[in-house]
Amino acid sequence: MLLRPQREDLKNIGYYLGKIILGLGLIMLVPLIVGIVFGEINPTLDFLISIELTLTLGLLLTKLCFTEKDLNWMQGMIIVSLSWLVAMFLGALPLYLSGHWKSYLDACFDAMSGFATTGLALVQDLDHLSYTHNLWRHLIMFIGGQGIVIVALSFFVKSFSGAFKMYVGEARDERVLPNVIHTARFIWLVSIVYLILGTLALGIVGILNGMKATNAFFHGACVFMAAFDTGGFAPQSQNILYYHSLPFEIITIVIMILGAINFKLHYHIWMGNRKEILKNIETRALFITIFLTFLLTAIGLGRLGSYPKGILLFRKGFYQLISGHTGTGYMTIYPTQFMNEWNHLALVGVICAMALGGAVCSTTGAIKMLRIGVIFKALLEDIKRIILPEQAIVIQKFHHIKEMFLEDRQVRSALMITLAYLGLYVAGAIVGMFFGYPFLNSLFESTSAAANVGLSCGITEASMPAALKVTYIIQMWAGRLEFMAIFTLIGFLVAAIRGK
Amino acid sequence: MINKLKAQSSKLKVTTQNLKFYVLSFGFALCALHSTLNTAFAQSVSSTELINHAKDYDGKVVVYSGEVIGDIMVRGKYAWINVFDGKNAIGIWLDKDLAKEITYTGTHKSKGDVVEISGIFHRACLEHGGDLDIHAQSLSKTFGGASLSEPFNNGKRNAALLLSGVLCLVLIWSRLKLR
Repeated sequence: MLLRPQREDLKNIGYYLGKIILGLGLIMLVPLIVGIVFGEINPTLDFLISIELTLTLGLLLTKLCFTEKDLNWMQGMIIVSLSWLVAMFLGALPLYLSGHWKSYLDACFDAMSGFATTGLALVQDLDHLSYTHNLWRHLIMFIGGQGIVIVALSFFVKSFSGAFKMYVGEARDERVLPNVIHTARFIWLVSIVYLILGTLALGIVGILNGMKATNAFFHGACVFMAAFDTGGFAPQSQNILYYHSLPFEIITIVIMILGAINFKLHYHIWMGNRKEILKNIETRALFITIFLTFLLTAIGLGRLGSYPKGILLFRKGFYQLISGHTGTGYMTIYPTQFMNEWNHLALVGVICAMALGGAVCSTTGAIKMLRIGVIFKALLEDIKRIILPEQAIVIQKFHHIKEMFLEDRQVRSALMITLAYLGLYVAGAIVGMFFGYPFLNSLFESTSAAANVGLSCGITEASMPAALKVTYIIQMWAGRLEFMAIFTLIGFLVAAIRGK
Repeated sequence: MINKLKAQSSKLKVTTQNLKFYVLSFGFALCALHSTLNTAFAQSVSSTELINHAKDYDGKVVVYSGEVIGDIMVRGKYAWINVFDGKNAIGIWLDKDLAKEITYTGTHKSKGDVVEISGIFHRACLEHGGDLDIHAQSLSKTFGGASLSEPFNNGKRNAALLLSGVLCLVLIWSRLKLR
């Protein structure tokens, strides 16, 4: 029997949602300050309006729904799924006010793409966008990559158990440190340290490449935020092709890989346990799948002869592939070149890479390496069972920070999420085909949206059907939160309508 | 005998002149054909056309025009600029001195110079890591850019003032409620 949600449920959800909205409003102060510094008056006003609206809504919710009760699992999950939707609607406000998006739906698309660290964009005339709005586009990737709720956890939420429920809802089922709030703060520490180093490296390369110092460091900070959080937005319309620079590409590759690594692994590396990189099932799976998918891509490109020299094939092929595999979406080719100059084999390599993703508890989307490793180990175990005598006891182990025995529930969970992702990729592709796009194009763009990658083969543009934009928004949202929080929200809504 | 030799010599002269004429004509024809092949795209080609039909234009001289956006990135004797034609921006590799003609580049606060570039188009440039680019041979400015002064938006200002009032009221109300 379905039970209709109680008033207390709504109060708890409203109160914590209000806190997250307040956090979002305060983060909008960063671009507001940048707007004042650069003397961009109207963009500053866009943010002032958005901050006022956001803070008003946050204050109303926290006061009207004030409660001191702790969260239960259902409430935690619903808060997470709703907070991402609310963040999209509020985060889109300053974007829409800028006039660079054709409709509010387009602004919402880019806001969700930013928060979910996807990188697909519908912005118009990006090359004339203000510093203020450009910073916001990249900052929402930085916030989304850490997790919107993590932001709130770090600063606003005092209750440890309630915090953990929201933390799990945001597709982070691993704690780096025993306390979830300390984990959230550690994630921030890692990100800020890398932000400083990455911005410096990219800024210096930018200056050496001939950019003005202000632009070089601004671009450096933006590109770092989008690369480390495996987002894929860039300050200019040509994406990374704008810089025409090998060192810039190499640094972004390093940052993308750092972003695709589990924060728990970062912690162990920071603590001096560097051997963990070689032993960990996730990093092993990551390097093996990078090798295999690149092999497919390279054979495809080689057969077609798209690039006359091996080194060019490597530079273009590997960059797009690593960008897809880490879920970033940075490009050094034009979107339509994928379809015009890459053959099906090369594209299948990239699609597989996008579908697989990076590590769990990182900023990437998609199926993720731990699940791929677990499924592979389960397959090995089953093969051993067939080969070995019936009396033999087969035990499968894997190394993920510590030695672990493979359990059926881990395999079931990994398979369930993998199936859900595959279903999401296919569903988006069917919608794309419904609107007349070819199969491979539709699958490419759908996988890119659902796996929060951001590589595009040219479908994503302002003129695409509104229903397809909504489909991709849902895919980005579901893909980022890894389904459970969204299933809980759907269950909650059904219970609200049909419950007793 | 002398007459015969003279006749033969004059015949030879005529043949040599004919040969010269044929060689020159052939040379001209080759030059004409070469120039026709290389400047088949004397009219400005759009970025979409270049990107979507890159193989057709690969290694050929094209004319491309648009607004210079972002930075002029000087690299030794050369420089990179990016030129946006309303749909896409394409990287242009040009002599540093050619880049000196550019006064404004497109940003939020300025409209960049509109330039017309004639140069060799590369689908996957061997020199630049496989980038799709144009190596400029000439550059001419067709429209000068300018600094943009953004008009103050009164509507936004009024909305901001109104909302600040609402926010203050909500803040006061929430404080009162707590007490």
